[in-house]
Amino acid sequence: MSAPPRESGRESGRESGRGMGGATGGATGGGTRDVPPRGPFVSGALARFAAAGIVLFARLVTAVRGIWDEGPPDGGRRVYFANHSSHGDFVLLWTVLPPRARARTRPVAASDYWLASALRRFIGQDVFRAVLIERERGPGGDDPIDTMTRALDAGDSLILFPEGTRNTGSTALLPFRSGLYRLAAARPDVALVPVWIDNLNRVLPKGERVPIPLVCTVTFGAALELGAGEPKAAFLERATAALLALAPGTSIEPSDDTPFDGPAP
Amino acid sequence: MNEARSDLLALLGGVGVVLVVATLIGRTLAARRPEGRPSPVIDNLNARINAWWGMTFLLGLAFLGGRIGVVLLFGFCSFAALREFVTLTDTARADHRALVAAFFLVLPLQYLLVWQAWYGLYSIFIPVYAFLFLPILAALGGSTERYLVRVAETQWALMIAVFCVSHVPALLTLRIPGHEGREVLLIAWLVVVVQISDVLQYVWGKLAGRTELAPTLSPSKTVEGAVGGIASATAIGAALAWITPFRVHEAAALALVVTSMGLAGGLVMSAIKRDRGVKDWGHLIAGHGGFIDRLDSVLFAAPVFFHLVRYGWADT
Repeated sequence: MSAPPRESGRESGRESGRGMGGATGGATGGGTRDVPPRGPFVSGALARFAAAGIVLFARLVTAVRGIWDEGPPDGGRRVYFANHSSHGDFVLLWTVLPPRARARTRPVAASDYWLASALRRFIGQDVFRAVLIERERGPGGDDPIDTMTRALDAGDSLILFPEGTRNTGSTALLPFRSGLYRLAAARPDVALVPVWIDNLNRVLPKGERVPIPLVCTVTFGAALELGAGEPKAAFLERATAALLALAPGTSIEPSDDTPFDGPAP
Repeated sequence: MNEARSDLLALLGGVGVVLVVATLIGRTLAARRPEGRPSPVIDNLNARINAWWGMTFLLGLAFLGGRIGVVLLFGFCSFAALREFVTLTDTARADHRALVAAFFLVLPLQYLLVWQAWYGLYSIFIPVYAFLFLPILAALGGSTERYLVRVAETQWALMIAVFCVSHVPALLTLRIPGHEGREVLLIAWLVVVVQISDVLQYVWGKLAGRTELAPTLSPSKTVEGAVGGIASATAIGAALAWITPFRVHEAAALALVVTSMGLAGGLVMSAIKRDRGVKDWGHLIAGHGGFIDRLDSVLFAAPVFFHLVRYGWADT
């Protein structure tokens, strides 16, 4: 299985040429994939049923709890950026959101994975309404940042994994790729909310098929904004620090000797 | 049978009256506190009382459902407790298969054996067979790093969360002459006495607590609370002798044993929490914390109570 939800962030250095203005302009370039097709009524009911089932299953296995200082997120437009260590990350984040916010929150995910079969297409497009982006952009392909800004402009919130790939090592976070910065530059008015998803990598380690039930938490931090003229490196460093600050073990007393991360074999 | 049911309803009614009084006191305290002055203690008290309503309702429902209802309820408690316990352990990826077996093989089998009343097997299934089988799976996982620690943690998790908890529904399988059809009342007596002891230790501690009992383990436990709580819970246990096969002085002695075990269980589970640097085991029971926070006293009392009753009163 390849990594499903995925942030597109392409190599650094690109954004200087791309800049902030290109987003809306690029929107006219088509891109059928980010707008999920409105299925017939039956498919919609099935999608809602599947969504309820997935939420119930996630709660049964992980008893997941959302932790937020300033109350649960309302229906407002946000970009949630989270650590990525498991296939189920966006499901967990999505599960703890209040239903109203959940209905308007879409994960950003790789189209090659989520369009690969009918079942994945149903789950990705109808259930989670994923914003699908292309990992390998061919000539004439859509710019992933344009795809994401179109979803934001339509009033939706996004779930983004700025590490760009699943972190299966023992470090807490991989270096962020540039996508978060480019999205922030394209839509500076959208709040960027760091979200730490804890323990899910232990529930289903790479290569295992049966999940073990463990208590997971999803911690929401204070929203970030891109400062005027803030350089990319400084912004990404700030965003990384904001996300890491939410990880248990960094905020709990020192007696807590990182019980949540077994050594990687 | 009908007499057993009416006794059970009388007991549940009594618990209901206590809860109504507690609810009135909690709401009065909340209404009388000065405007704009938050009081975490009163909020927590009311959250706890609300959760007690829910737990009493579920327990009452399981009792009326008979053996299958009780086995299912405590099976779920074991699942939730094991989930909380394993979350706090240092298990590694190499333990994944062993943990899958613990959750989806050992736990259901233990409760199946309890349901079938197969005492000879359920009393040794985990301490013998699971304890031999799971380390094999963990060894096959290939990692030897902290192997002994990881295996010991998994085994203790099973012992606490599954083996001990399963001895509550196992009380239904005891055959006590002259007490047939009233087995569920044994569980009701054990749960009421142990839990009321916890509550009364909390109340006595808040009213008269001066001397810390074990400051390194649990900052909230006091000598006055422990003595007052255990003494008054023992009196309540003796007063409830009419629902049990015990005479009044026997009920008092057993109540003293189970409430003392309950206090010890709370201290042991606190030591584990301190070791892991957490305050609560979980969050699913509002105001109380996790399942283990609420069960810690019962799970230490249950096996001891089970064996005392089995050898003292039951046909073996």
